[in-house]
Amino acid sequence: MNYLEHTGKYFIMLGRVFKKPQRTKIFYEFFIKEIEDLGLKSLGIIMFISFFIGGVIALQTALNLDNPFIPKSLIGFAAKRSIILEFAPTFCSIILAGKVGSYITSSIGTMRVTEQIDALEVMGINALNQLVLPKVLATVLFYPFLISLGMFLGIFGGWLTGVLSGLFSGTDYIEGIQTDFNPFLLSYAIIKTVIFAFLIATVPSYHGYYVKGGSIAVGKASTQAVVWTTILIVITNYFLTQMLLT
Amino acid sequence: MIEVNNLHKGFGGVKVLKGISTTFLPGKTSLIIGESGSGKTVFLKSLIGLHAPEDGTISFDGRINTKFTQKEKQQWRQEIGMVFQGSALFDSQTVEDNVMFPLKMFTAKMHEEMLERVNFVLKRVNLENSNHKLPAELSGGMQKRVAIARAIVMNPKYLFCDEPNSGLDPRTAIVIDQLIQEITDEYQITTVINTHDMNSVMEIGEKIVFLKNGRKAWEGTSQDVFKTDNEAVVDFVYSSNLFKKVREAYLNEKK
Repeated sequence: MNYLEHTGKYFIMLGRVFKKPQRTKIFYEFFIKEIEDLGLKSLGIIMFISFFIGGVIALQTALNLDNPFIPKSLIGFAAKRSIILEFAPTFCSIILAGKVGSYITSSIGTMRVTEQIDALEVMGINALNQLVLPKVLATVLFYPFLISLGMFLGIFGGWLTGVLSGLFSGTDYIEGIQTDFNPFLLSYAIIKTVIFAFLIATVPSYHGYYVKGGSIAVGKASTQAVVWTTILIVITNYFLTQMLLT
Repeated sequence: MIEVNNLHKGFGGVKVLKGISTTFLPGKTSLIIGESGSGKTVFLKSLIGLHAPEDGTISFDGRINTKFTQKEKQQWRQEIGMVFQGSALFDSQTVEDNVMFPLKMFTAKMHEEMLERVNFVLKRVNLENSNHKLPAELSGGMQKRVAIARAIVMNPKYLFCDEPNSGLDPRTAIVIDQLIQEITDEYQITTVINTHDMNSVMEIGEKIVFLKNGRKAWEGTSQDVFKTDNEAVVDFVYSSNLFKKVREAYLNEKK
């Protein structure tokens, strides 16, 4: 099947996903479960990685800015910009594409190969709406919080690194964070996060829903889903940056 | 009653079903048999509406399923119960939640009423005290019984089973067969079973449809299977020595 066919099939799938849920109460139960599975269960890894990457960004910046004429506050400024603009929304989304994307594909794919999706359809349930829409809403609504937390912890990690290593002072770092603060950059990061969250929920769902075969096919589909989600995040990131920041 | 008229279905240019016509009656257990690749699963999936026919019609008590409006289709879906080959229970839900799922989706009953109905059908399939177990904690036979309970919880008019005995030991297979037959008789359901199991053919086959290369090669009852001269049926049903001897004994007795 060529890329054009996949793209068409993906959009047809989206058309079936975005329908009014058949039972609001059950949909709400599924949605809460997805918030837990796709959001809350990713908190740990995002917090851990954000904190240490923030520290490394600050450390690298400090080590490369050894000219005495460059103010130390620039370290905080550079770390803040890198973390808000790229690290938190893009890097974290790529990590989530790996963790959550493979989970989505394997769970939906397993439901497909074990005929659980057929069972839903025989009952007259729109399986795509029932399974995918809660995932889309959970990621789109929860990931902005997750990424905001990542931003905070990344910046905090940078501060703690400076304080512990003695490469720069906490005061200089905080001064840098406060320098030239542009709230639009936060909006930019959140817009990117919402779009990436949509891709993280829908692309792996597509790969899982249309899987054919057995467990090996599900494994292959999971890998494909992660690869394609990552590629789409990177490409979308390029276009969004060009559209929103230039 | 389900009436199938000249049903055709293919995939990617390959014809799988080639003009099948037959009838399945309420209160009777009808079996579809045939070799692997004969089109049994495609036939069953066409009956339950997972495959749209290329040609021909399937009518349910006079209603042709391809002519349903969206609302009629929804109504018809609720009249269908299906037991899948691998049970197809929702892994993340308990037995109780699995059986209650169709009730939650399609009825406005209170939780207590739904629970009462769930407990009733679980008792009917001899599976009490397993409400809070997950499917992974159950044996294959118990999973099949949960699948049957889920299939009948909405009081279906039509029950379809795809190889309900696969992967079960002979004793459990007989228990499942008897359970399906009892339920069919008790609720006057039109039951269609796709099977490879010759014990089922002999035990519960009130009507048997034999498929070969996508065509209906023969149909009759389990008694007719003993008497038939149809070579394809004899080759298929009596491929084991045990059944050959049973048939010879039956025919000798008749003489």
